[in-house]
Amino acid sequence: MKVKTLKGRPIVPGHCRGKALVSMKPISFLGGVDPDSGLIVEVGHDLKGKSVKGTILCFPHGHGSTVGSYVVYSLVKRGLGPKAIINQTADSVVVVGAIIAEIPMVDQIDIQQIRTGDDVEVDCSKGIVKVARRRQK
Amino acid sequence: MKLTPEEQDMLIGKHGKAAQKSMEILTTLGGIFDAKCMVDVYSVQIAGVSYANLGEAGLEFLSEMAEDGKVKVLTTLNPAGMDRENWQTLGINDEFAKNQIRVIDAFAKMGIITTCSCTPYFIGNVPHFGQHIAWAESSAVCYANSVIGARTNREGGPSALASALTGKTPKYGYHLDENRHGQVSIRVNAQVKGTDGFGVLGKAIGDKLIKLGKNIPFITGIPSATVEELKSFCASIATYGGTALFHMEGITPEFDRYPKPGGNVSEINQEDLEKARFELVDDGLEIDFVSIGCPHASISEIEKIASLLKGKKVKKEFWITTARPIKRIADEAGYSKIIEDTGAKFAADTCCVVAPIKGHFKGMMVDSAKACYYGRAKNKFKVKIGTIEECVEEATK
Repeated sequence: MKVKTLKGRPIVPGHCRGKALVSMKPISFLGGVDPDSGLIVEVGHDLKGKSVKGTILCFPHGHGSTVGSYVVYSLVKRGLGPKAIINQTADSVVVVGAIIAEIPMVDQIDIQQIRTGDDVEVDCSKGIVKVARRRQK
Repeated sequence: MKLTPEEQDMLIGKHGKAAQKSMEILTTLGGIFDAKCMVDVYSVQIAGVSYANLGEAGLEFLSEMAEDGKVKVLTTLNPAGMDRENWQTLGINDEFAKNQIRVIDAFAKMGIITTCSCTPYFIGNVPHFGQHIAWAESSAVCYANSVIGARTNREGGPSALASALTGKTPKYGYHLDENRHGQVSIRVNAQVKGTDGFGVLGKAIGDKLIKLGKNIPFITGIPSATVEELKSFCASIATYGGTALFHMEGITPEFDRYPKPGGNVSEINQEDLEKARFELVDDGLEIDFVSIGCPHASISEIEKIASLLKGKKVKKEFWITTARPIKRIADEAGYSKIIEDTGAKFAADTCCVVAPIKGHFKGMMVDSAKACYYGRAKNKFKVKIGTIEECVEEATK
């Protein structure tokens, strides 16, 4: 097991651990994520059909309508939200969503260092992300 | 970020839960965008009012904020999904109406003025030159920054609400002199007139700004413009260019306040305007809906529509969308009766962009370039732009 430590900028405080779900594409929460199922539904998105529930969700940044912040809030209220959000560059739609939904969040992380399925521990109060990957057999 | 003792108290919850959550939003955004401090705002304009956009998710959040949240400054709302008095005749169903009323009730509980309009500057939410505000309707943001010379960033629904409940916004972006300079000169070499003409110009310049990767144009070659023409231009350039601020020589108040942009001057010629107009008319168009009032119609526009319509009968669904207080003035002046006697309908509090009317019509004629964009994108209508006179003619033919 190899562990990498990445240092970013704290946005919303909190500490948790989970499996990474990683995309190199921006996510639009309004229209791109179904608030009733937690599934990514954006046509052509590389995570289409995947659930954000309970994941450490890693993506470059958000895009699209500011109503997207409310979708993040709704996901958490229904128990469908991610455990934490890791962004390359935080934008106001995702940040406001994370604040109102109280999802730990950090940005300025090189998300190319993280792969879907990695075990990730985030300390968003300090901006520290620890990534553990099982050796491939 | 440096906070005053009052702002600190809000952040630790001494002013209640909603003010605390609001201050968390504002300080976090301020941190991301390197704001040094907060600034007091004179007023707020909140977007995200239509239940069609908000859904249950947004409503839940608003209800939570309304538990103990109260506005600290004058706050008005963007258009809702329906006319609150006249929704049945506009084809809105009962279920939607019930939910829309729940949204407006949550805003009302926080002390927000529940007149729903995208032209707050027509209904008493009017900052003066240089005043800081936190507005979230893109066309009104552009109007306030450019035409009035007030100062606001393009806020989202929740960040505008946070400013309403605290009276503050983080001081960055368009609140600072150094971020308000024109970035590219654009010379207009053509005659531009009418709300439709200025909408077409907004699209032509907006498209150009996207190509150039610039945000703030310094525009020359426009000798004069009415308030209505500027309103249409703001809506269009904000839609197509993402523009929150422009300077227009001889017209907007800050045009000579900052150094002029260096570099090449971009030109907008007659053929650019013709191309932009051509792109605002769809093939295979069958018009069954005409709508004027994007952004919401002024009293002068309503007077003009009344004089064009007088004594005629409309043969197609025809909406005039406006703020309710402006409709009241039209009632008193007798314009409403003239218009309604022709079969045309007022749709106050709402508009053809945010009302849930997808599938109700096939082709829409408007005098607004912004309405063309959202009519296509959200309601899947085919669209055509024309003058107010052409719109009225289409509705009565």
